Amino acid sequence: MDAGPGRDQDGPMNSDLRILVVESVPERARDIMSALNAAGWMDVKALAQIAALDRTVREYVPDIVLIDLANPDRDTLEHISHATETSKRAVALFVDHTDDNLTKAALNAGVSAYVVDGLKMERIKPVLETAIARFKVMRQLQSELDAAKQALEDRKTIDRAKGILMRQRQVSEDEAYRLLRKAAMDKSRKVIDVAQALVTAADLLS
Amino acid sequence: MTGTVLNCGYVPLVDCAPLVIAKELGFAAEQGLALNLVRQPSWSALRDMLALGHLDAAQMLSPMAVAMSIGLGGLPARIDALMVLSVNGTVFGLSNAVAKELGTLPFGDARAILTALAARGGKPLRIGVPFHYSMHRLLLSYWTSAAPTLTINEVTVPPPRMADAVADGFVDAFWVGEPWGSVAVQHDVAQLMMTGRDVWQFAPEKVLAVRHEWVERNEDMARRLMRAVFHASAWLDAPRNKPLAVEILGRSEHLSMSSDLIDPALTGHIVPKHNAPPVAVERFLQFHKHAASFPWRSQAAWIAHQLGADAAGVETAKASFRSDLYRQNLADIGADMPGASEKEEGSLRFETAVASSRGHMILAPDAFFDGRTFDFAPQPR
Repeated sequence: MDAGPGRDQDGPMNSDLRILVVESVPERARDIMSALNAAGWMDVKALAQIAALDRTVREYVPDIVLIDLANPDRDTLEHISHATETSKRAVALFVDHTDDNLTKAALNAGVSAYVVDGLKMERIKPVLETAIARFKVMRQLQSELDAAKQALEDRKTIDRAKGILMRQRQVSEDEAYRLLRKAAMDKSRKVIDVAQALVTAADLLS
Repeated sequence: MTGTVLNCGYVPLVDCAPLVIAKELGFAAEQGLALNLVRQPSWSALRDMLALGHLDAAQMLSPMAVAMSIGLGGLPARIDALMVLSVNGTVFGLSNAVAKELGTLPFGDARAILTALAARGGKPLRIGVPFHYSMHRLLLSYWTSAAPTLTINEVTVPPPRMADAVADGFVDAFWVGEPWGSVAVQHDVAQLMMTGRDVWQFAPEKVLAVRHEWVERNEDMARRLMRAVFHASAWLDAPRNKPLAVEILGRSEHLSMSSDLIDPALTGHIVPKHNAPPVAVERFLQFHKHAASFPWRSQAAWIAHQLGADAAGVETAKASFRSDLYRQNLADIGADMPGASEKEEGSLRFETAVASSRGHMILAPDAFFDGRTFDFAPQPR
């Protein structure tokens, strides 16, 4: 058996686990794979095209399949695991009723794992923990990105609303913003909601 | 939004309408509920989130709820169906290529379509369904088992990708919920051949699912949720409300699909083929009328039976359809209750008057395409 880099310290425990990562975004797939490699699992494959899932599962015969909880292809993966039930390598959704925290952590991080029947918990757990850690970082980055995008969109809407007020009411920019904020406070709504309503109304009237 | 927050999972399909209407028209607020609708990316995700307690309730494929309760599938758990959310509403379509091979067939003739497919020969037909434990798949299996020479390969495809899957030649046919059948027709990649009710005229499609232990601990919340959804379903089934319902759903952030995709399912005007005139399908999608939301224990039994459950499994399934809670929680707000909680599934060929709490009620036909009937009532010894 050829020992790959990173295997020496971890011994044979990691070496014979085959991990399939189902992820269509290449950077994310690379990210997860390198995190797993760094922790000592070298036999890791990423799959982007769900159309090839059935064949890949049959030919690569993974011990563990990792997939984003939010990936719509999960239903297809579930079906393939039913379909292979007849073979000796049944794959099932990993839920550990003896270790609720691990299941909860996976759920919170957005990881779902499918494991081969009979695979021992002590071998699954480190893989899942590595994946959970990586998914958490990715999720954090994504939500920061989303928040930044949203903030930019909101800023644009508020600027448009201010512009409308400045033209219609002949007020300064600061005064326009005060008007928006006051309207929001009076109606106990957010400034962005008031601005959005104003922009929508202006679009309808124009 | 004020009231007790209730997290309810759903998948963006036209038949999630009762939940969206319960929220948007204030039926939930009237019950003191702040209904938080949480969109789910897949049925597996919805199931996990409900089973693991991240959701209080969910719109669920009726066979998924039964499968979980009888210990089948990825995540078995004791799940109760508080009520049926929708009856019927699915379509069966063929790729343009296969439809052309078969020639002209009358829309909705399940027998003729099956005979033509069986006579076609050649490679097994690859048929896309949204999930293994779905009414789509059960109806497909039930229907095709009447033609032993026909071999099919079931392929799971997320509904939003069904049209592309046909266009790419990944599947030859599909059984899917609206709007995704109409989308395939609009893209001119497939023809709709029949609807789910051509195989079973009154098939419980989605249920309002909760964890059994949740309903035990949250009787009052369950009651309020059921009442909100009941009012929403009644509103949806009133013909005069259809245009407004289409508009509300078309604008709703919960669905993000245009009104023209929602209209066919709600009005029952299905366009089977690109540029063809619509076909009027009676009871294409039913929410309320004919006791549509009543969780018949015999419906659960039929599902369990199709899933291969033994007698004990059938009994477990029956108990998971909470007609007892339906009676208890909805009788005082105008819900007419059938005299029994089980019926002989498939026995009604016409609209039929049966005894009910207010005298009598009209049940819709529930016949199967092959005329079989299923009686799961305990046999007298």
